[in-house]
Amino acid sequence: MRWLPEIHFERRLKPPRWLGPATPPIAVVVALAIGALVLWASGRDAVDIYQRMVRAAFTNPGAFSNTLIAATPLLLTGLAAAITFRMKVWNIGADGQLMIGAVLAAAAGTYFGGQSLAAVMTLMILAGIVGGCLWAAIAALLRVYLNTNEVLTTLMLNYIAPLILFYLIFDSTSYWRDLSSQSARVFPQAKTLAEESFWPEYGTTVVVPFGFILGAVLALALFFVVRSTRFGFRMRVSADSPAAGRYAGIRTGRLLIVVMLLSGALAGIAGASQIGDVSHRLEPKNLQLAVFGYTGIAVAALVRYHPVAIVMSAILVGALNNAGFNLQGPDLPLGLIGVNQGIILLLVAASEVTARYRLVLSRRTSRGDRAPPQGESAEASATGGATEQSDGGAT
Amino acid sequence: MNESLFVDLLAAGLLYGTPLVLAGLGELLAERSGVMNLGVEAMMLMGAVTAFWFVQSFEGPGWLALLLAVLVAALVGTAMATVYAFAVVTLRANQVVSGLALLILGGAAGLSSYLAAIGNLSGPAARFKLPSYDVLGLADVPIVGPLIFGQNALVYVSWLLVALTAFYLYRTQTGLHLQAVGEDPRSADAMGINVSRYRYGHTMVGGALAGVAGSYYTLELQPAWIDGITAGAGWIAIALVITAFWRPGLLLVGAYLFGIVTSLGFTLQARGVDLPPEIFSSLPYVLTILAVVLVSSGWSRLRLNAPAALGEPYSREEA
Repeated sequence: MRWLPEIHFERRLKPPRWLGPATPPIAVVVALAIGALVLWASGRDAVDIYQRMVRAAFTNPGAFSNTLIAATPLLLTGLAAAITFRMKVWNIGADGQLMIGAVLAAAAGTYFGGQSLAAVMTLMILAGIVGGCLWAAIAALLRVYLNTNEVLTTLMLNYIAPLILFYLIFDSTSYWRDLSSQSARVFPQAKTLAEESFWPEYGTTVVVPFGFILGAVLALALFFVVRSTRFGFRMRVSADSPAAGRYAGIRTGRLLIVVMLLSGALAGIAGASQIGDVSHRLEPKNLQLAVFGYTGIAVAALVRYHPVAIVMSAILVGALNNAGFNLQGPDLPLGLIGVNQGIILLLVAASEVTARYRLVLSRRTSRGDRAPPQGESAEASATGGATEQSDGGAT
Repeated sequence: MNESLFVDLLAAGLLYGTPLVLAGLGELLAERSGVMNLGVEAMMLMGAVTAFWFVQSFEGPGWLALLLAVLVAALVGTAMATVYAFAVVTLRANQVVSGLALLILGGAAGLSSYLAAIGNLSGPAARFKLPSYDVLGLADVPIVGPLIFGQNALVYVSWLLVALTAFYLYRTQTGLHLQAVGEDPRSADAMGINVSRYRYGHTMVGGALAGVAGSYYTLELQPAWIDGITAGAGWIAIALVITAFWRPGLLLVGAYLFGIVTSLGFTLQARGVDLPPEIFSSLPYVLTILAVVLVSSGWSRLRLNAPAALGEPYSREEA
């Protein structure tokens, strides 16, 4: 690709201060712009659709409450992604962990339906945690003891988990299935929680689901755990320099298992919240289509895995989901939301490079030169001059 | 074992294994250059949807529609792979995160679903299906006939590609250079090999093959559109490359084994085996986990023959 200007990287020790906070808004704006191009290319009025999306996500009556409902699972799966990705452990399995968490939480919710709300909720959350941890433990143990790549195992477990849900509701007479009426036996569906066991919501004009508050509290807790506890310190050391961690006597294997289990627990809580806050019964198809886990990764990456900022990022991406879900139809296929989120994630991943390097464009100096001339960039970093090279190249 | 069951299983394994062969070969080439292409699933889905769209809307003879549809799928796969290569080779972005970004962007709830909705693709069956051949008139020979002489075009293409890839990797200079790039990019660079050109090139070829593998779903396996039609086959292809120790011949065998397992449900249910369908559906995923566990725990000392620089961005300036 000789016609392209060459991109050179110059190492910089410190990224400029504005870069960190500026990246997410830029990524979102560019992604929305590309989304607009996609809409425009398929003959849609992008401006009109975006206006309707803003109304559906924020300004219509009740819209923001729905955005918060949509943001709740993303907040929790975002935290689940953040804690592992920050440690450079790739738990892609929040989807599966959420589903298994939802299975156990739904069982707890219906089984203990007669208890007080506080007791039911505690049990549901605990059950969700157990489910998420169980599913995450498979990948964690395989990684630590049998050296198995966790990306592949967590992904495959994501495909297995919904099959378990389908089996429980559609192909068996399991405890989860509602067999109380004739129609429920013909059209399989799950048992519904008793109304007294629905999780509470707070507020009047803007309704905040309990799960969102729980998620926000957990985000704060996670922030302090990572920042100021011994465990958090170990996590950061072995993330940034595994060798240094090992020399310092940190048992990286055990740490990795703990982090994976924490991540699974957070995803499991998201599953419990889906049952308690939103659907009040196990809905296999909806959980499978929602891909909360993958979206959570985008949520976390958008703010560079900062736990507290994930609250904001979850609201933003939740707004996108909520708007997409509301406007879904021939005019706005749901796929557009995935396009936007994918581009956001791609841009954020690509922008990592700007934190470490200054990018310099230059034309090639000689025709047919096979490799970028080594002296050029070395010279550039040595003299500290950079931007004047952007046109014309060195010498 | 009942002889006809055996043949049925093999035939189904071939049928369902072929997209894994194609996508796996693409992934193998990319990984040999040191790039872990985690966007395969998305590239397959995009190839599947564009090929299907093309076949449904093209005015002309069926053979031309199919040929062009496969080419379009290859082009779309290449385009996505170029984006991926730009992110991970030029910008040195994280390969896992970039791969997931592609998955969300093009995947079952992304662009492939958007295009299917825009083009009204859900519902009707494909207007044309890949033709099966009767090579040398031998398709009726018992057992080997249907397996070897009665396959569709892409199966023969995949066999040719396996042979070509093996020859390319081990018997040509570019192929040996490719291995050098994947093993030790610094030395390759010192030899005068353009590392990023090799990485771009092989990732793009890999994307093209993933696109073709996707088109196999909508033109042959399940000639209709449903969102997420590939159902994780892209990830299985990635796992397959690991379990085949990055060797084309083993990849072919492994892909057919996975094909047999994938089709086990259909084959056995047709024979009255009554088990919950979820058990059969989960088999390929369970087998993938088992295979990767077995290989990575048992052969860790031999380093699995993995390209030593796999997944590591290369930069001249940094040690």
